[in-house]
Amino acid sequence: MAQAAIELIGINKSFGAVRANRDINLEIGRGTIHGIVGENGAGKSTLMSILYGFYQADSGEIRVGGQPASIKTPNDAIALGIGMVHQHFMLVDNFTVLENVILGAESDALLKKSIAKARSELERLEREYGLEVDPDAIIEELPVGLQQRVEILKALYRGAEILILDEPTGVLTPAEADHLFRILGQLKDQGKTVVLITHKLREIMAITDTVSVMRQGTMVATRETAKTTVEELAELMVGRRVLLRVEKGEAAAGGVKLAVKNLTVKDTRGVTMVDDISFDIRAGEIVGIAGVAGNGQSELLEAISGIRRAVSGSVMLDGKPIDLTGAADPGELRDRGLAHVPEDRHHVGLVLAFEENENSILGYHDDPRYLRGPFLNIDAIRNDARDRIAKYDIRPADCRLKTANFSGGNQQKIVLAREMEQDPGVLIVGQPTRGVDVGAIEFIHKRLIAMRDQGKAVLVVSVELDEIRSLSDRILVMFAGRIVGERGPEATEGELGLLMAGIEHQEAAL
Amino acid sequence: MSTPYAKLPAWADYGLIPLINLFVAFVVAGFVVLLVGENPLRAAVILVEGAFGKGTGIAFTLFYATTFIFTGLSVAVAAHCGLFNIGTEGQAYIAGLGIAIVCLSFDSTLPWWLTFPLAIIAAAAVGALWALIPAYLQAKRGSHIVITTIMFNFIAASIMVYLLVGPLKPAASQAPQTRNFLAGAELPKLNWIIELFGAKIRSAPLNVTFLLALVMAFLVWLLIWRTKLGYEMRTYGHSPKAARYAGISETRIIIPAMMISGGLAGMMALNPVMGDQHNVAIDFVSGAGFVGIAVALMGRLHPVGIVLAAILFGMLYQGGAELAFEMPAISRDMIVIIQGLVILFAGALEHMFRPYIQALFASFSPRSVGMEAVKGKGA
Ligand SMILES: Nc1ncnc2c1ncn2[C@@H]1O[C@H](COP(=O)(O)OP(=O)(O)OP(=O)(O)O)[C@@H](O)[C@H]1O
Ligand SMILES: [Mg+2]
Repeated sequence: MAQAAIELIGINKSFGAVRANRDINLEIGRGTIHGIVGENGAGKSTLMSILYGFYQADSGEIRVGGQPASIKTPNDAIALGIGMVHQHFMLVDNFTVLENVILGAESDALLKKSIAKARSELERLEREYGLEVDPDAIIEELPVGLQQRVEILKALYRGAEILILDEPTGVLTPAEADHLFRILGQLKDQGKTVVLITHKLREIMAITDTVSVMRQGTMVATRETAKTTVEELAELMVGRRVLLRVEKGEAAAGGVKLAVKNLTVKDTRGVTMVDDISFDIRAGEIVGIAGVAGNGQSELLEAISGIRRAVSGSVMLDGKPIDLTGAADPGELRDRGLAHVPEDRHHVGLVLAFEENENSILGYHDDPRYLRGPFLNIDAIRNDARDRIAKYDIRPADCRLKTANFSGGNQQKIVLAREMEQDPGVLIVGQPTRGVDVGAIEFIHKRLIAMRDQGKAVLVVSVELDEIRSLSDRILVMFAGRIVGERGPEATEGELGLLMAGIEHQEAAL
Repeated sequence: MSTPYAKLPAWADYGLIPLINLFVAFVVAGFVVLLVGENPLRAAVILVEGAFGKGTGIAFTLFYATTFIFTGLSVAVAAHCGLFNIGTEGQAYIAGLGIAIVCLSFDSTLPWWLTFPLAIIAAAAVGALWALIPAYLQAKRGSHIVITTIMFNFIAASIMVYLLVGPLKPAASQAPQTRNFLAGAELPKLNWIIELFGAKIRSAPLNVTFLLALVMAFLVWLLIWRTKLGYEMRTYGHSPKAARYAGISETRIIIPAMMISGGLAGMMALNPVMGDQHNVAIDFVSGAGFVGIAVALMGRLHPVGIVLAAILFGMLYQGGAELAFEMPAISRDMIVIIQGLVILFAGALEHMFRPYIQALFASFSPRSVGMEAVKGKGA
């Protein structure tokens, strides 16, 4: 192997009783792309945060380029040539790309000089790595894929030789993800080292040179990517065989549970996002909505669940209309048996500052079960929370822990557990497995199919085609706010891909 | 990863950091004292002794603290719902009107223990109503609560001036205040409690409202952490989007939160009006509402913290008065400067020393330190 860019030796890190990293040894070769996989809560982000100086290890040693390094803050890491791109970007939304790149790295007291210098440097970096972004574009006007490039540029501008990316593709469309991988390939060709954390094993197989697997805080294996398989990795992660595609029987669809007719929804800027859509979901079937992110799926979910007002159209739940134009109340819809797992768990589905048990009643907090007069019935709430933690294997099993301290996948399970356990008639789920590990994906898919088999109507929106194809009994493809096609689960990826890109739609329009 | 700061153990977070902030505030204040040619150490001794040295001092300190507990709780309740109620000052001031009406009507017929509950209700109701209009405007029209509550402070002040130089003033009097209340509207003092501990008290205004304040602190804790309403307020305060998702309507939550906040502000008026002056005079609130903001911040929006912070500010008020008396070079205005410094360091610059303390902790015991928000966002 090439000389090591980074060596981690005997790293330990605990949070209270949770041992997030135990005796981790890891060597990352210079000029390679090194993948790290592992279950939710395995300690991947913690390990990288230690390397980037956000956390301090309890014990252990870090060597950068063979030299022992003391990394106490991100500034130390940057000085050593380590850069990190977080899943949620840390950009100033109303600054330009250029301003964001130089922020905190201004070289002169006069901004004007720094800016001129930075501009030429930025242009050089953009050319060199194929990272084209308009330096004068305002961040909030850029799609997420480009915002991510700005994050990468920021790291490179600070002289990063080693780039850490924590779940970079979670928010990207497939095309954006492909572009990102080309960029990472170029970085590698230029001799940079890349560390990539992801739950998508396909990505690992596609671009990494080596891959390390973590489980419950320990490093269980490191493999050359060429000599391993998705199945082996999944098994190493979870410690048992994983069904990468959950088996399901034929759907026994019953009567219509949810009927959407001529629904039109605009976003806050007044742009039509959902354009005259009609479809039905029957009891006992899973309908999947495929589409590239941003084609109106989010607005569709929000309108059906009562969060966003629709402009026109109707939605019937169990044959009775939902008030779409007035002040539709998500609480009332819940009472009528419509449960909703929102796409954005951090800002919508959870209050991160709450204890886990407080989040386990969000939206159901006026259920008499959880109340004693005007008071919360704390015992009932915590008992229920503990039951669900056990049933859904949420880790760590502590209902008093602050929700922000759970790993991403476990946060997702908190939301899913809450919504599924209400025994709803209709369940609508946005991005059911975003940021979730393979073991949990299997679990969540099994639960969704079990709900279907109990005769629930399930609507799933996902940007993961694999997920849509393995879950759905019927697939609707959304493009530019319209449903451009309906296919069965046997549809090929290529066929759906074309529909998602709006190809057939345009031809039909010609 | 909203803050690049590591997380500290609770005792450091709630104990050490406020103490350091306070210490720095006193050091800077010490320089001010030096500047006017006095000895800062002696000044500090006078201040602390004035506040806690004698029974009378303690009673005065707790009397001021009572006022700040109410205004601090008022600010905190609104803040839990994500609202910045700057109108505590005006809500307390106008509540004086409710108290005046009750006291002037019943002080000759009812005993204090009947007047008091009526006055509590009147004070809370008037304060709550004064908060209702800005709350309504925020909930229905989106008018920013900070702006509207500031404006309502001015309106309250104008109304009170008009009433106190006009309709509420006894005809024969020159002073802009109501007539003095009779015994039926005078609250019993609590000085005997301090005397139980052997201290002597000449005369001090500490009265039963202090107990009311402690009860309200407990009720606020109950409200925020143990009731459905409190749960909904916190949800909305942390994330309006999550509240919308949970079916919590903006109107249904902003209005009660602000009314409770206004009610607490209103109750503050009981302390000086019925407990001390026995009349409603112009400008009797004199900035206590704004101090409430600092108290709430310093108390980390928690009732226990607020009671402690209120006692601290009570000490500054009482000890400051002593200081102005003992050291002629230090005027009343200098005391205000010192109080301002405490507010500055404990409130506005609350995070100034945090990174250093965290770095210090990190080097001593890396185990205790973790990034607050990494999990939330990094996923
Ligand atoms: N600040 C914290 N306080 C307490 N516990 C924490 C904190 N940060 C992480 N943990 C715990 O440490 C463990 C490892 O978390 P980490 O974020 O490293 O997992 P991960 O492998 O990145 O998971 P995911 O794939 O879900 O992002 C988890 O059990 C998590 O709950
Ligand atoms: Mg992670």
